[in-house]
Amino acid sequence: MEGTAVRGRLTWQVATVSELTDETATVRTIDLQVPDWAGHRAGQHLDIRLTGDDGYRAERSYSIASAPGEPVAITVERLEDGEVSPYLTEDLRQGDQFELRGPIGGYFIWDPARDTTPLLLVAGGSGVVPLRSILRYRERTGSTTPARLLYSARTLPDVIYRDELDRYNHDQGVDVIYTLTRQQPPGWTGRTGRVNAAMLTGIAWPASQNPLAFVCGPTSFVEAVAGALVGLGYPPGRVKTERFGATGAPGGP
Amino acid sequence: MDALDGNAIGGLLQEVFGHEMTAALATCGSCDWVGPVAETMVYVRAPGTVVRCRTCTRVLMVFAEVRGRKCVDLQGLAALQAS
Repeated sequence: MEGTAVRGRLTWQVATVSELTDETATVRTIDLQVPDWAGHRAGQHLDIRLTGDDGYRAERSYSIASAPGEPVAITVERLEDGEVSPYLTEDLRQGDQFELRGPIGGYFIWDPARDTTPLLLVAGGSGVVPLRSILRYRERTGSTTPARLLYSARTLPDVIYRDELDRYNHDQGVDVIYTLTRQQPPGWTGRTGRVNAAMLTGIAWPASQNPLAFVCGPTSFVEAVAGALVGLGYPPGRVKTERFGATGAPGGP
Repeated sequence: MDALDGNAIGGLLQEVFGHEMTAALATCGSCDWVGPVAETMVYVRAPGTVVRCRTCTRVLMVFAEVRGRKCVDLQGLAALQAS
């Protein structure tokens, strides 16, 4: 299909790494220059394709971490048994190039002109990546839609974008709530344990406000959270979900 | 292995159909479930890519590449409606 740039079709193009930012011990954000990027929407993803010296190819999908209007960025978690993520998080250098295609997706999308009711974002681990794009876009567009992010991480050092998320506050219309499932720092007064119906009861907007929920993370996490939200009266069509599989990025490690 | 969902094959679907398809409405040919393709269960490590109904697990779509050609089986769908 390469070389046949038909309108509406996806074509592979070359991206150049412009900057690398370590987010946690195992997670890195990769800023990219993509000359023919058509622009993206908040919540979309892209496919990347790596080709080895022997011609072996591996494709993976990654959520776009930047807001529409910002340069394309992805945030990648290193999976120990991964085939692609160790390369992206350890070996990749500024100026390196690889192929990508996108933007992709029309379902897991937040549109500030259309979606003006309270926004509930629920992230498990690196599932926070597309939700960060949504929060940044909300800020860039001056949206006053109230938003809550409930973010489940194993430990505080595992929280991706922590400095950025900590800058949000209630006066801006954004509440960020962490729950730490594995270990908490001394004196931690925040939430602990997995996201369940009891925790959501205190955090999720009441269904009567017609909220829109975006849930992203490992498959089992998304199933549990989406099920609990429907139990709280959210219509299934108001709970948008994206599942990353057992762990890591959509499409596997 | 945990299933992914239809979001994960947005690129593949766009390659095959020439159109954004994760928000397209699929109708299961077995149980009449209707919902966005994004909500289906997707297995990418079967031989080929297998898409199943979230309600009754019927195989809705199969995508495989045979000698460089994309092969598509949509037999399990009663309807597929792109917006």
